[in-house]
Amino acid sequence: MDPLLRIVDLHKSFGSLEVLTGVSTDVARGEKLSIIGPSGSGKTTLLRCINYLEKPTSGHIYIDDKLIGEKQVDGKFVHLSDRELAEERAEIGFVFQRFNLFPHLSALDNVTVAPRRALGVPKAEADARAMAMLEKVGLAHKADEFPERLSGGQQQRVAIARVLAMQPKLLLFDEATSALDPELIGEVLKVMRELADEGRTMVIVTHEIQFAAEVSDRVIFMDGGNIVEEGSPGEILKNANHERTRTFLSQIIER
Amino acid sequence: MGEFLTKLWQWSPEVLPVLWFATGMTVVVTVGALIVALILGLLIALMRISRVRWIRWIALIYTDVLRGTPALVQLFIIYFGLSDLGIEFDPVTAAIVGLGINGAAYVGEIYRAGIEAIHKGQMEASLSLGMTPIKAMRFIILPQAVRIMLPPLCNYAILLVKDTAIISTIAAPEIMFEARRLVQATFMHSVSGQIYLMCAFFYLALTLPLSHIAKRLEQAKERWQ
Repeated sequence: MDPLLRIVDLHKSFGSLEVLTGVSTDVARGEKLSIIGPSGSGKTTLLRCINYLEKPTSGHIYIDDKLIGEKQVDGKFVHLSDRELAEERAEIGFVFQRFNLFPHLSALDNVTVAPRRALGVPKAEADARAMAMLEKVGLAHKADEFPERLSGGQQQRVAIARVLAMQPKLLLFDEATSALDPELIGEVLKVMRELADEGRTMVIVTHEIQFAAEVSDRVIFMDGGNIVEEGSPGEILKNANHERTRTFLSQIIER
Repeated sequence: MGEFLTKLWQWSPEVLPVLWFATGMTVVVTVGALIVALILGLLIALMRISRVRWIRWIALIYTDVLRGTPALVQLFIIYFGLSDLGIEFDPVTAAIVGLGINGAAYVGEIYRAGIEAIHKGQMEASLSLGMTPIKAMRFIILPQAVRIMLPPLCNYAILLVKDTAIISTIAAPEIMFEARRLVQATFMHSVSGQIYLMCAFFYLALTLPLSHIAKRLEQAKERWQ
C-alpha cells in the first residue's frame, strides 16, 4: 500500500546553518512514528516542514501522493497560494509544545473556530462536533472556560481536541508534553495513547522514551540534521547500532 | 485679577455660544479625521507586515514622511497646493483629509505594534488549522491585538482633538478659528486672554473624558494580561 506521508530528500537551512541535510522517510497509513534525538538535531524543524510552517530549502513532502506546499506546473515546482496551502494544512493536525490556544476564545470556541472559519461548517454542527471532541479528551465540562483558567495539561488536551475537530488524516505532535509540569504529563499521554489505539497516523517528536516505546511502530533517531538510524522501538531503544544513539539514550534515561 | 474675572463674566454670554457651536465643528473634524486615520492606518499597518518587500517600503516611506513633517505643512499642501493643480477642497474636507492622512501614519504604527505583540504561535496555530493568513488575522490576531491597541488609540484621539486647532489656519470654523475671529473683532482686543481661556476650557471638555477612558482601558488591558 502507498504510504500516507512521504518525505523525499528534505533540506532546510536557516541562513548558513543547515538544519536538515536531506531527510527521506515514509510513514504508512495508521503507523505511529516517534522521532527522538538531542535538541538541535532537526526533529522539530522536520515536523514543521511537513505542514509547511517552515518552507523546505529543497526536497518534497507528499501526503496521499499529493505534493504539500507546492505544485508542478509545466514540470516545475511552484509554491501554492495561501488558499491552496490552507486547504492542505486543514488535513494535517499539528500539536504544539506550547499549546498555542487562542486566549480570547473559550475552550469550545477554540475548537470550533477553524471548522467554522476555514471549512465553513455551520455553528450548530461545529459546536456539536467540538463538544464531542472535548468529551473525548475529558474536558466537556470545561467548554466555557477560557484558556487562562485551565491547567497546562488541560490546555494541551483542548489543543488536541481543536486539531481533531478538523478530522485530519495525519497528526503531528511537537514535544507535546515538554512544557508541562511532571504531574500533568500523564493526562496528555493518555489522550495520545487513545488516539494511537484508534489507528490514526501519528508522527510524534518526543523526549518521553517510555511512551515512544509503548506506542510507536517505529522509532527514528535523528542527530545533526538527519536520520542516524531507525527501527522498531525494541531495536532502537535496546539494541541501537550507533554509538550516538546509545549515548543519547543513556543520557535521557539517567535524567 | 478681579478685573480679569469681571470681564470674563461680562463677556461670556457673547463668547460661549460662539465657541459652543464651533465645538461642534471640532468634533466633526476630529471624528472624520479619526475614521480616515483608522481605516487608512490599518492598510498601512498591513502593508508594513506584508511579505512583499516593495509594499513594505511604500508603507515605511509613507510613515516616515508623514511623521517627519509638520501636520501644518501637510495641511497647506493639501489645501493650497492641490488647489493649484485644480483639486479644490472646502476647508472642512481638507482638514479631515489632511489630519486623517497624517494620523494614519501614527495609527498604523499603533496597529503594527499591537499585531506584533501577539505571540507568533497564534498565527502558526491558525495556519496549521487550515486558516488563510487573512482569516487568521481577522479571527485570531486582530481581536487580541485590539485590546493592546485601544489605550494608545485613545491617546491618539486626544492629540487629534488638540491638533484640530491648526486647521484654524485654513479657515475651518472650529474652536480656535472662532476664538481668533472674536479677538480680531476690534472691540474685543482687551479680552483676548479671557477668550482664549474659554477656548482652552472647551478643548479640555473634549479631552478629559477621553483621558478617563484611556486610563480605564489601560487598567482593563493589565487585567487581561
